[in-house]
Amino acid sequence: MSASSPDPRPAVLRVEDLRVAFETSEGLVQAVDGVSWEVAPGRTLGIVGESGSGKTVAAMTAMGLTRGARVRASGRVLLDGEDLLSAAPERLRALRGDVLAMVFQDPLSALHPLLRVGAQIAEAVRAHRGGRNGISRAAARARAIELLEQVAIPDVRRRVDAYPHELSGGMRQRAMIAMALANEPRVLIADEPTTALDVTVQKQILELLRRLRDELEMAMVLITHDLGVIAETADEVAVMYAGRIVEHAPVAELFAAPRHPYTWGLLRSTPRLDAPAGAELVPIPGRPPSLIHPPSGCRFHPRCPYVRERHRSVDPQLALVEGASEHRAACLLSEAERRVIWARLAAGASPEQARAAIEPAGEDRSA
Amino acid sequence: MSVAEPAPLAGVEQLVKRFPLSRGVLLRRRLGDVPALDGVTLSVAEGESLGIVGETGSGKSTLARILLNLLEPTSGGVRWRGEDVTHARGARLAALRRKRQLVFQDPASSLNPRKTVGAALADPFLIHGLLPERAARSRRVGELLEQVGLEATLANRYPHELSGGMRQRVGIARAIALGPELLVADEPVSALDVSIQAQILTLLRDLQRDLGLTLVLISHDLAVVRYMCDRVAVMHAGRLVEVAPVEQLYRAPREAYTRELLAAVPSVPAPASGPQSSSSSST
Repeated sequence: MSASSPDPRPAVLRVEDLRVAFETSEGLVQAVDGVSWEVAPGRTLGIVGESGSGKTVAAMTAMGLTRGARVRASGRVLLDGEDLLSAAPERLRALRGDVLAMVFQDPLSALHPLLRVGAQIAEAVRAHRGGRNGISRAAARARAIELLEQVAIPDVRRRVDAYPHELSGGMRQRAMIAMALANEPRVLIADEPTTALDVTVQKQILELLRRLRDELEMAMVLITHDLGVIAETADEVAVMYAGRIVEHAPVAELFAAPRHPYTWGLLRSTPRLDAPAGAELVPIPGRPPSLIHPPSGCRFHPRCPYVRERHRSVDPQLALVEGASEHRAACLLSEAERRVIWARLAAGASPEQARAAIEPAGEDRSA
Repeated sequence: MSVAEPAPLAGVEQLVKRFPLSRGVLLRRRLGDVPALDGVTLSVAEGESLGIVGETGSGKSTLARILLNLLEPTSGGVRWRGEDVTHARGARLAALRRKRQLVFQDPASSLNPRKTVGAALADPFLIHGLLPERAARSRRVGELLEQVGLEATLANRYPHELSGGMRQRVGIARAIALGPELLVADEPVSALDVSIQAQILTLLRDLQRDLGLTLVLISHDLAVVRYMCDRVAVMHAGRLVEVAPVEQLYRAPREAYTRELLAAVPSVPAPASGPQSSSSSST
């Protein structure tokens, strides 16, 4: 991707052919199966997918948070060229919370319930800047207050000594973002950071993340199931399905000209505020596949309205869309066919109608 | 009551609900009240689909619970087909329960983990003394499962063996088991993935049409309500901010708070080649 990216800044974090599998009593769960992405300073990569798509596991593995006896990981996670997948645990601990930071969906379970918010942030500062020649307690507290001000928590002097349960959901999420920013990380991974919040609060938190990304020149990875959040925050998007990236494109292009049937399905399943009267949602039939025994061929084929016989045996690779320089899709349909289908879908046709448009009359569906 | 203006199926009048706020463990002191609902009057017509939207703490779920007599109001009344049922008890309440059912947000926590799906679905019949014959009951359970798009053989499974979407289907099957007239769904899809959300919403709409149900949909998601409802009530801090037909509310919201809520929803850009339309879509 770096060869074709218009962004002149080199990526700070690069994931290459990452595979993560968990050994379970029922078999080997291949949660992430050959995923590559990268993110540059000041840019946001959105990763969208549903439960079990591997979007969180990939990011957690990049942070070194999935290590264990029953976990098999391969590939490379390069932070400025240093491979984190093979890094020593002490090295990872030194990087996490310093150069690499993470914000989770539920701040209540990520914050210590018995420690005051300010003290937790000060600890995050001292964990990496403490020690003999490090920052003093008083200075760490001053930094905590500064950070809480930076994330726009009102009445900071009072809130710095509040316990997590005394804050509202939005304020807790701000406090967690403040903690993540304690050491001005170069990479921030935000995993569903606004999913538990009301829309008006979500809007504020997303604005905050965008502002901080720009001010601190952070590389941001935003993991979410919400296409609207992606549309408003990310520069580029990777769509994940069953452990793989099935489509990867600049954000405007993904919404204007999506090129994977799963992305089409997601777009047509998402309720829109500007939908015309009487519009219907078009669900994707079936459910996500087992990651222990994934489907043969294209993993989306059991749910794909445009499936052909060949798709049941041939496994599509993520490849550049014809004529595009940054748009990739893993789909066995030809670009001409996909163009026709999306034009129909975008005009309101059903998947069946769109399929009919690429098939000569009378041809067998399974041909 | 004229023929042209039938009494609403269900409604609440001047509803007030306060929750006591207290402090301390051994010596609890009452500090005051948290007003959850502050004079709400709202009704739903037979066959209608009414959306109630609002943020956390707006009182929307409290309203739903009082409407179903699951919670007592501090003052105000609950009506069912014109009758005051605020203080219904015993047999009257049991009869009302059959007519008015609730679909929960998280069926994982409303289904007993130790009971099979079949047993959970047979419960409503046993509780109300219906279908005493075992064979008839299990036949009806199979029908219910098929009605919500599941296989009848799922009756032998336990809730933890099902996906979130399947569990919500079971939750809906249980809610429609006794042939209710009113279905109140409290955030029925907010715990589900987008593709499964659309399946459940489509199912609810189809069931509403096929069974002639009246639907009250409680949601924080304004876009979901837009697809599902004829009329929308916006709540904020225990009060009704605005009630309007769905098209009017989204196209020309009257209240500043409604506009603020609508503006906060992150929007997916419209497809380039034209608007999504209903005329040609099928299910």
